[in-house]
Amino acid sequence: MATDTAEPVAGAADASAHLTLEDRIELLRAMLMMRGIEAKAMSLYRQGKIPGSFYDGYGQEAVSAGAAFAMAPEDRLCILHRDLAAHLIRGVAPARIFAQYMGRATGVTRGREGNVHFGDWRLGCVGMVSMLPDMMLVATGMAMAFKLRGEQRCALTWFGDGSTSRGDFHEAMNWAGVQRLPVIFVLENNQYAYSTPLDKQFAVDPVARAAAYGFLGVTVDGNDVEAVFEATRQARERALAGEGPTLIEAVTMRMHGHAAHDDMKYVPKAMVEEWRKRDPIERQERRLRELGVAVESLREGIMAEIEAAAEEALRAPMPDPASATEGVFCEGEAEPLGDGRAPWSGFAEPGAVGRAL
Amino acid sequence: MATLTYLQAISAALRDELRADERVLLMGEDIGTFGGAFKVTDGFIEEFGPDRVMDTPLAESAIIGTAVGAAVVGMRPVCEMQFADFISCGFDQLVNVAGKMYYRQGLAVPITVRLPSGGGFSGGPFHSQNPEAWFMHAPGIKVVAPSTAEDAKGLLHTAIHDPNPVCFMEHKHLYRRIRGEVPDGIYETPLKARVARAGTDLVVIAYGAMVHTALEATADLDGASVEVLDLRSLVPLDEEAILDSVARCSKVVIVDEANATCAAGAQVAALIAERGFEDLDGPIVRVATPDVPIPFSPPLEQAVLPSVERVREACRELLEY
Repeated sequence: MATDTAEPVAGAADASAHLTLEDRIELLRAMLMMRGIEAKAMSLYRQGKIPGSFYDGYGQEAVSAGAAFAMAPEDRLCILHRDLAAHLIRGVAPARIFAQYMGRATGVTRGREGNVHFGDWRLGCVGMVSMLPDMMLVATGMAMAFKLRGEQRCALTWFGDGSTSRGDFHEAMNWAGVQRLPVIFVLENNQYAYSTPLDKQFAVDPVARAAAYGFLGVTVDGNDVEAVFEATRQARERALAGEGPTLIEAVTMRMHGHAAHDDMKYVPKAMVEEWRKRDPIERQERRLRELGVAVESLREGIMAEIEAAAEEALRAPMPDPASATEGVFCEGEAEPLGDGRAPWSGFAEPGAVGRAL
Repeated sequence: MATLTYLQAISAALRDELRADERVLLMGEDIGTFGGAFKVTDGFIEEFGPDRVMDTPLAESAIIGTAVGAAVVGMRPVCEMQFADFISCGFDQLVNVAGKMYYRQGLAVPITVRLPSGGGFSGGPFHSQNPEAWFMHAPGIKVVAPSTAEDAKGLLHTAIHDPNPVCFMEHKHLYRRIRGEVPDGIYETPLKARVARAGTDLVVIAYGAMVHTALEATADLDGASVEVLDLRSLVPLDEEAILDSVARCSKVVIVDEANATCAAGAQVAALIAERGFEDLDGPIVRVATPDVPIPFSPPLEQAVLPSVERVREACRELLEY
């Protein structure tokens, strides 16, 4: 949880200064799409149409939606497994996501990987590996390259509370601090690492440790998508101004089990009930209803899109077994990551891309 | 052409790449101001500056991990492990992040990891290892191991130009002991085996420092015509060159400086057993370091590392078979 030593994000409670109504709808849309896709996928998994296991980010939608929304096309993202909204914001089509889950040839990794273990490199995203938080170092290296080349760009990665116990967390925080890199670390504190609660994970809150590495740590309500956006927007401004990394602790709750098999009976019921009142989607819907947005029709439209995407994926071919040994090595030129979609209106302003503001 | 030591050839390759390609970046512990534990990058920081000859924090996982990040946004990082042994601390980033990236996501990771390896000078258990087989077993990583100055330079150019992660096994015992003619400028040595000496009665298959052990052991072996095949690349393994030598010589001795079990030589032996069996005129013989940590004290170390005498004796016995 948040600590006394971490600084709250200024202005996080009222982020409307930087968000148009369309932006705020887009944030809701990304979260609804994430929750809808994952609900549909869980159902397909239970029907045996998705192999392996299935992991979702129910209750955490605001963290990936809010943070990804603050990132420019030329920024780069390393995305974790409960952050589907980041892929959606960067422009990955839902049918490719369903195909990914199903191991189809048309999935983002063409059946090479499952679950949310993907990133569309053409959209500036790198998928995670299961050894957490390895991608903190990859994001740090991206930021190192940006700084060396004098580019006004930023890298961002998400990671969980459990992975702060591993050495790569320390190595990335230290390296980023020493070199003052334009990287944003989003700690998705969802209270449990699988079944292990925070008090068995660390003695000092990770966000408080940011200061020990020489940079700012902030805590934000991870169930408020606009607050997460604002914290990330500010972190990006600092990064582009040469002020180095930021650790953002987004406090949230994993409302489902670690994966489909997990009934999370180790979580006190009262805790789940308490967090249910803070649902990030309901919160954003309330905001928008007050502004006269037809939330229900938005929801219906998204559900129809999701059904169509699932159907499309179910019709897609499985990969050719003969291709299983292909593509271990790159035979041609190494192509770097491409630019992603960045729908925030702030990037549409003349000259906005590549600048802090 | 210039006569360079093995170490000078590595330095020359790095210098040429830094001059030719602004994407190339050297990263490692003590490689900048100090010029590297073995002085491979001595004087580099003056020419290229601290950004491109980067003194990193002491964190091998971070060196590999940040190199991956820099590579996927367009850089060509060349990482130095101060000793090959220390790659165990960066193993996860290399094997799970770098090695599997292209297969999983179609994203190429052009990084080179220089691994000063090998024993023979009382480095003890943590400064003497030959960890190449760890990476041969991990899909998506190329592994090269030069034995000459010319190949040290050419294979390093090849590694840096390759769009995949490449482990460059540079043998510390060769650094100043081996010298030879090295072409000027940038050239690529192919990832193919090289016949170090042609012969017809027996072939010794080796790589890295063991090529020299094999050449010395068989220079005058009772008049026998002994071929020495220098593998140069372990991944990809030049299977056709190995099978050609076996077909020509019919008797095979395989030498590894690494611990014997599942070593590169074990893979070569398996290949020959599977595809060269009909050409054999005797058992496949292996000479390798037994499965022990490399001991410190000279008589102990010399007792485990393959020596000229052990290789000569193995060849002699097989010739008599």
